[in-house]
Amino acid sequence: MLLLIFKIFTPVLGLLFQEQSQGRMALVWEKAQHPDLSKFLIIGALLFIIGVAGVLTRRNIIVIFMSIELILNAANLNFIAMSRYLQETGNMNAVAGQIFAVFVIVVAAAEAAIGLGIVIALYRNKETIWVDEIDILKW
Amino acid sequence: MYRYIWLVPLLPLAGAAINGLLGRKLRFSERLIGGIAVGSIALAFLITLASVYSYAFGSGAIWPNVYVTSQDGASYSWIPGGAVRFTQGGSARSMVAVQESAREEWAKRLAEMTPEERLRGGTISVLRGHNEEERASVLDVEWSYQLDALSSIFMLVVTGVGLCIFVFATGYMHGDPGFYRFFAYMGLFMFSMLVLVMGSNFLMMFVGWEGVGLCSYLLIGYYFDRPEAANASRKAFITNRVGDFGFALAIFGVIATFGTTQYTDVFGQAANFPLEPLGNWGILSWIALGLFVGACGKSAQLPLHVWLPDAMAGPTPVSALIHAATMVTAGLYMLTRTNVIFQHSQTMMTVVAVVGAATALFAATIGITQNDIKKVLAYSTVSQLGFMFMACGVGAFAIGIFHVMTHAFFKALMFLGAGSVIHGMHHEQDMRRMGGLRKYMPYTYLTFLAGWLAICGIIPFSGFWSKDEILWSAASTRYVPVGWIVWIVGTIAATCTAFYMTRLMAMTFWGKERFLDNQHDHAPGHEVHGADHETPTHHVHIPHESPPSMWVPLAVLAVLATIGGFVGISPAFTGGHHVGGRMNIVNFLDPIIWNPTTRFFGTHEVVDSFGRRPELVERHATTSVLTTEPVHAEPPPPYGHEGFNLAHTVESVVHKHWLTEVVFIIISLLVAGLGMALGWLFYVKKPGLPDIWAARLRPLYQASYNKYWVDEFFGWAVTRRTMDAARAVFAFDSKVIDGAVNGSAGLTRLASRVTGFTDRYFVDGLVNAIAAFVMRLMSPLFRAAQTGFTQNYALVMVLGLVLAVILFFGADITTAFKAMFATWF
Repeated sequence: MLLLIFKIFTPVLGLLFQEQSQGRMALVWEKAQHPDLSKFLIIGALLFIIGVAGVLTRRNIIVIFMSIELILNAANLNFIAMSRYLQETGNMNAVAGQIFAVFVIVVAAAEAAIGLGIVIALYRNKETIWVDEIDILKW
Repeated sequence: MYRYIWLVPLLPLAGAAINGLLGRKLRFSERLIGGIAVGSIALAFLITLASVYSYAFGSGAIWPNVYVTSQDGASYSWIPGGAVRFTQGGSARSMVAVQESAREEWAKRLAEMTPEERLRGGTISVLRGHNEEERASVLDVEWSYQLDALSSIFMLVVTGVGLCIFVFATGYMHGDPGFYRFFAYMGLFMFSMLVLVMGSNFLMMFVGWEGVGLCSYLLIGYYFDRPEAANASRKAFITNRVGDFGFALAIFGVIATFGTTQYTDVFGQAANFPLEPLGNWGILSWIALGLFVGACGKSAQLPLHVWLPDAMAGPTPVSALIHAATMVTAGLYMLTRTNVIFQHSQTMMTVVAVVGAATALFAATIGITQNDIKKVLAYSTVSQLGFMFMACGVGAFAIGIFHVMTHAFFKALMFLGAGSVIHGMHHEQDMRRMGGLRKYMPYTYLTFLAGWLAICGIIPFSGFWSKDEILWSAASTRYVPVGWIVWIVGTIAATCTAFYMTRLMAMTFWGKERFLDNQHDHAPGHEVHGADHETPTHHVHIPHESPPSMWVPLAVLAVLATIGGFVGISPAFTGGHHVGGRMNIVNFLDPIIWNPTTRFFGTHEVVDSFGRRPELVERHATTSVLTTEPVHAEPPPPYGHEGFNLAHTVESVVHKHWLTEVVFIIISLLVAGLGMALGWLFYVKKPGLPDIWAARLRPLYQASYNKYWVDEFFGWAVTRRTMDAARAVFAFDSKVIDGAVNGSAGLTRLASRVTGFTDRYFVDGLVNAIAAFVMRLMSPLFRAAQTGFTQNYALVMVLGLVLAVILFFGADITTAFKAMFATWF
């Protein structure tokens, strides 16, 4: 398992510390101007996995909410990265991903409001926000 | 005038319809009902008289031509049949064709011969080919009436005697609650009888035949509340069915042989068929046999006579009209109508003669011992019908019809006289309780006297002429070889007839008045109708004379019975031939009697089956060509060898033809006188003699008294066997058929039990086992899966997602990783 983590993260670290030997700030800027798509995708995937793991493992419903936000933001990151990548490759009209990200943020805000409302209602009835104590789906 | 004969059957039908349909609803009075009935018959009689006169004697007389109503041109199609194939009589038809060609050749040869050669005679070789061609015809039965000599006589007898009996019945049936019903049936009977004798084809005769059978059934069972009347009616109907079966088969035979049912066509074809001598059973013999079986049933010949004596359970006018004067002579009508067919078959002629003679003697011997006045008359009728059959069997068809006519007169008279006696005696029929009625019922007595002399055969009453002619015909017949046996049997029967009729007269009208001392054991069951006689003042039943409506018809019939025989006066009295031209019944009927020697109709008037004279038709070759010499005084016997002939034997002794007949007349008168003398001796002179002789001849007396146990024999041989068969069929039904049904039902129940068991234990068991399996084993698993925790479900979803990703992109991911590792390591 450790070996696997090492094998996965080593390239990531490698990416970060690859160009250290060259003119550092210029390179960073250069990188910032022309980001590498795969790095964004990897970060998005990591975010998604963290979110999923949170949803599946955490017992506090608030934390689960936060994990869901993570998942949504992972999706946003992918949208924006793809949009930017497409613009880099010359298609200046590829703004749909950015617009989608805005939509997702709005929907997530609404969802958070409703979800928190549900949590409050739940708490009023059950006096708990631990999901393993809420098993009324099984009747 | 004869064009209106279609009215003759229609009028009685109309009268019957009015009486029968409206009589009860509108509560017709007896006077009205009687008026309608008698009026319709009287009108029919008048039309008949006028028609027959204009047909035979008037200025426009067409006798001996046959008048058929369809000749007038209108369409009379009744049964438009289809094509008929001649399946029978093909060989006979081809023989006819061969004979005709031979005759033509013979005529040609004769014309070429010299007179010497003619005398020597010659032989010709005839090409005998089997040219039996498949021919067919269209069977189109028409409803048309035929007026010829035979139907004229029957129409006159039926309507004339019928009129007398109708008038009598209005008196006799007075006070009966079913008055309208009686006259409706009687009218219907008249209609059927007239259709029978007037129809122009076999099918119309069959319709009339069945119609009179039905009316006979209805009228015998008129007092249907009496069991013996109901039984007698059924007996008559069923016995007649046997005869009708034969008749129907004969009609089928006629259609299959001739392709038509019209008399003139059938007889015209049949006249050319070859003769079938004794022992040969050609198609015409079979047809004749079927017809004869039918005639036996209707005319009560042995062995189908059993119904007629029982038929006396009906009202007496019915007995007079149907069971003495008209309906029972239908068999004679049929025999004479189809005499062409019968005369072709010497076998059937012999059978007819023998059966007739046997019936005559058989019934006459039974008549001697019966005590019921109507039973005596009934057996007398059977016996007289036997005489008529005898006449037909020996070839004297005209004489048979003559006897039908005279018998209709005197037997109707005697039946009506008996009815008058029964009426006067307050419905007493047993002659042992009568006697001395001469004093109380003078008119009835006088008229009955005429009938008695007529039936005994005393000159010059009508019965003498006809019966004597029958016996003479039997003795001198050249048709059948058994003529002398028939003559002997007939003479004995005539003696018996004279004896039992004298006995009847003596027991009823002469001697002691036995009803005076027998009042106390007067059977109450005999008073059935006529409640007006049952007044308490009639404590001792004194007979009374009948009203004029009853004795006037008696008087009319008595006159007819006395003088009616002169229309057929014997040739022995008139110089050897039938005098009077057409007024003589033998001459009148001549054109309808086929002559087997000349192969034409009639001996004096040679005509074809349409009644046309020979100058109108091509004369037959046998008569014109083959007889080069003048016609013999006596032609050769029609069927070749004739056997022993009694008349010829006698003639060889007395040497004179007319004298021979006189000898037979004297014998006939002698036996009649003997019978009457014996009767007088037994029942008037020495009343003790009958008991003595009954004791001496006990077995014979018992046999005669019990009617030779024919009823018992039929009961044992037919009725009992039929019942056995019915029982056997019932047993088969209840055991086998019902058993099969019940068995199959049981089998079904068994099968349902088996399937029920299977259902319950196998199918249900399987279902329950599966249910138990699911419940016991699977449910923990499924239940465990349903944790109720949202995260568990989400986990499953994610795992499913991962799985889906691996499935769809697994390969890509692997290659990507491989590439990645390959670059980095």
